Amino acid sequence: MAETAPTVQLLSPEGVLQTGATAEQYLPYIEALSDDQLRQFHRDMVITRRFDAEATNLQRQGQLALWPPSQGQEAAQVGSAHAMRPQDHVFPSYREHAVGLIRGIDAVDIVRLMRGVTNGGWNPADHGNFHLYTLVLGSQTLHATGYAMGVGFDGASAKGDPETDEAVVVYFGDGSTSQGDVSEALVYAASFQTPQLFFLQNNQWAISVPVSVQSRTPLYLRADGFGVPSVQVDGNDVLASYAVTRKGLDETRAGGGPRFVEAMTYRIGAHTTSDDPTKYRLNEELQSWIARDPIARYEAWLRSRGEGDGFFAELATEAEDFAADVRKRTLELGAPSADLIFDNVYSEPHPLMAAQKQWLGDYEASFGAGA
Amino acid sequence: MSAATEELPMARALNAGLRKALGDDPKVLLMGEDIGPLGGVFRITEGLQAEFGTNRVFDTPLAESGIVGTAIGLALRGYRPVCEIQFDGFIFPAFDQITTQLAKMTSRHEGRVQMPVVIRVPYGGHIGAVEHHQESPEAYFAHTPGLRSVSPSTPNDAYWMIQEAISSNDPVLFFEPKSRYWNKGPVDFAASAVPLHASRVVRTGAQVTLVGHGAMVTVLLQAAELAEAEGTSVEVVDLRSLSPIDYAPLVESVQKTGRLVVASEAPGFASLSSEIASTVTERAFYSLEAPVLRVTAFDTPFPPAKLESAYLPDADRVLEAVDRALGY
Repeated sequence: MAETAPTVQLLSPEGVLQTGATAEQYLPYIEALSDDQLRQFHRDMVITRRFDAEATNLQRQGQLALWPPSQGQEAAQVGSAHAMRPQDHVFPSYREHAVGLIRGIDAVDIVRLMRGVTNGGWNPADHGNFHLYTLVLGSQTLHATGYAMGVGFDGASAKGDPETDEAVVVYFGDGSTSQGDVSEALVYAASFQTPQLFFLQNNQWAISVPVSVQSRTPLYLRADGFGVPSVQVDGNDVLASYAVTRKGLDETRAGGGPRFVEAMTYRIGAHTTSDDPTKYRLNEELQSWIARDPIARYEAWLRSRGEGDGFFAELATEAEDFAADVRKRTLELGAPSADLIFDNVYSEPHPLMAAQKQWLGDYEASFGAGA
Repeated sequence: MSAATEELPMARALNAGLRKALGDDPKVLLMGEDIGPLGGVFRITEGLQAEFGTNRVFDTPLAESGIVGTAIGLALRGYRPVCEIQFDGFIFPAFDQITTQLAKMTSRHEGRVQMPVVIRVPYGGHIGAVEHHQESPEAYFAHTPGLRSVSPSTPNDAYWMIQEAISSNDPVLFFEPKSRYWNKGPVDFAASAVPLHASRVVRTGAQVTLVGHGAMVTVLLQAAELAEAEGTSVEVVDLRSLSPIDYAPLVESVQKTGRLVVASEAPGFASLSSEIASTVTERAFYSLEAPVLRVTAFDTPFPPAKLESAYLPDADRVLEAVDRALGY
């Protein structure tokens, strides 16, 4: 087995800034952040958690087909998302709500996907290069790798300018690491030395199956076997998630080849609204992770450096307003036109699409007006 | 034969078509296993890496899902990847990426992205090869909405259709009848291309219509010759496009002859042959003098190669069906 390295943590669960050799490599990335940026991390975590709760409620009330909750994973997502640069491309799985919001998608566009109004939801080109959610586990790791190969062919990275050099981030989970596509993506990334960062959120559970069934070795060590440098980070520590991703992304965009980050976190809620975690998880385990909550930890640190009640109170109000707006706009969503069935299956004319769209229209019309 | 026409085997015609596509559009890439210095196991890409460089024509790791999955990412980046799958039976590791991702990307994006990806698949039997090297998997892909599938039967079609497939903004499965790779035919480098999705009458006749694609077209033409010697006039239609199917020339032919035999190297159950039989029956019902008959491989795995002549339809089995059609 490859040699293990210490997990990077910059904030203890109590919200105390860490020192020591490991932390010191990464603290300069934090010291470079402004107070406003540090507040923004908190804001994004709080808004996402409130949005996630609202979407979960909407599903429970019959408004959505499904919701995959992100509660507990906010620090891994917010830290890594803020580490990207505007020119970067992001290939998510389907739980990266915070990353999407930070890259500029409308929360209601995720809701539209989960409500069954669309199979996509947003145009990546107009929303921070945040690509569509991918529901077949691990498929997106190959799309990201191919995209990053293209960045390399274009000479759009490794020009020596981090402000314009492009990189690609792909998100996936501990369950996905057992998919062949993830291994193939690592092989291709290593072979083509892509400007790409693999961001694994290890939330400990693949629906009801613990990570020990996926792997008997720490997952970040697998990357080593592919020749991809990797780091394990405390994924409930937003500062550490930011710093390791920032460092890895700047190394890869400079031409250093792919990087791999394993963020150790925990899915506080269900895999999706369709399962019941009390059937497969022990309450003691859940409580131990709640004690390491990413938002409480960060709030404690912000308060320790002088942030007052006013900021937190205003943010709580903003989060309530955000959730209310999502609810309102969700309830206003109409049904899509039946044309959506046929349009865009192909980008060029296709006789079956034309004939079947015509047939359905005629069939519907045959019932007459008001039918 | 015009000055712009040359006699070439299909393999060289494909090579010429790929070279033309690479030269015409800097976004065209060739990717696959052993396609670089070796030129592919069938030498279809021979010389192209030396001519266009390793960023345009490159060997991939030995992982087919990776070939198609990364091609999707390259297409999202604006490239037009042409993937080579080494043999028909090795496409299945990529089946998930082709059917759940490639085929659905454009509709998932509500038309905002296009997937100009070509997947070249040497397919079919008659070469005496080992297991997984002689199969005809077209129907799996024809069944999948969002994909287009075509198969040339002549060097000229191979030259033009590969370029048309690369120009398509939709994903195209390009099935190459590998048993015909080294058969020569005229390639007209000047002629305007026949549309990619057009079927074509390749022999006219009056009493029975035969339809097939790829290597089967040669078998059907042989059958037609033999039938003519016995006084039966047979029309042959080369399908060329498997999805969508251009039914108009076929239906018109059946309306004239009143009889149709559909032939294919693939198993017949739940097949393209069944689809064609069903649709032609619907559209030409009042013209039919006999039920549409299918001549296909058996509904078994491809047998050991020493049995392939008993497994694959040949001209005699086609003629047996012609006789049955005429007997109604």
